[in-house]
Amino acid sequence: MLTKRLFPVLTVVSLFLFVTAPIVIVRAPYESTMGLVQKIFYFHVPSWMAMFLSVFILGVASAIYLFRRTASADRLAVAAAEVAAVFGLMGLITGPLWGVKAWGVWWQWDARLTMAVILELILVAYLLLRQYGGPGSDRLAAGLGIAAMANVPILYMSTEIWRTVHPLTSVVPTLPAEFGLPLWWSAAGFIVLCLTLLSVRSRLEEQRASLERLYLALEED
Amino acid sequence: MTRLDGRGSDHGRAAVLAVALVVLCAGVTGGLTTVRAQQPEAAQDGFVPMSDIPPEDQLPAAPLLVAAYSVVWALAIGYLWTIWRRLGMVERELADVTRRIGEKE
Repeated sequence: MLTKRLFPVLTVVSLFLFVTAPIVIVRAPYESTMGLVQKIFYFHVPSWMAMFLSVFILGVASAIYLFRRTASADRLAVAAAEVAAVFGLMGLITGPLWGVKAWGVWWQWDARLTMAVILELILVAYLLLRQYGGPGSDRLAAGLGIAAMANVPILYMSTEIWRTVHPLTSVVPTLPAEFGLPLWWSAAGFIVLCLTLLSVRSRLEEQRASLERLYLALEED
Repeated sequence: MTRLDGRGSDHGRAAVLAVALVVLCAGVTGGLTTVRAQQPEAAQDGFVPMSDIPPEDQLPAAPLLVAAYSVVWALAIGYLWTIWRRLGMVERELADVTRRIGEKE
């Protein structure tokens, strides 16, 4: 019921932020060494922010389901895993488009990029397990969901721990205002979009659970 | 006037052969010159460093930027559409099962 009422509001807000984001981005100055291609940053970084939020929700919901067996937490975990995989894919596609111009190569198997691929693969594994794992796979998947969440801080800190070609995480907090405004505007759009997708995807899981209950009632009669 | 000893025809044949030889030599020489002209320049001994990439070798940034933004929009809209479609299917099935339960009762 909450998601049904929340969905239109979230959709309107995310649409507004997404439509206006390119205007704010166009007005932002060019970065001195990377030029125009640096503007990919305003969609690349927020896609990872939205992914991390989804993975955090996945991890917490998985832990609740694993220890308390709350069915609604499991449904939220499935929704969060799928949404996280979509945002992860956005990050993994926009990154190389930036990298080929900034570094001269599409891909580097350095710590940050490799860990990002591993996190995406964990999410894909989670979704495959839920789809084809059969009975008991929900608990196995919950363990995988917690592992995905545990991967996030290491992935975030990887540029500080190891030497990588990827820009440091300290770039974001130290951004000058003219670069910071488009980034946070866009990030707000991605976060609201993430919540919109989560709410509608959770509703799908709720409806599936209702359908399952009805089929059981039909068989019992 | 025809010479009966056959020497005339020998001279003629020799002349034709000589002309043919000259033409062949000229052709081969000309051909070799053309082939040599078409040969690539000799390979350089090693890699020569250069500080800047020539402009024609540089990747343009605009198509990369447009591609990145398009991918994000396409994935977001595409994913929302798949959820919508799956939700519609489940809700139709839900209505159908509810109706069947109602009919049974």
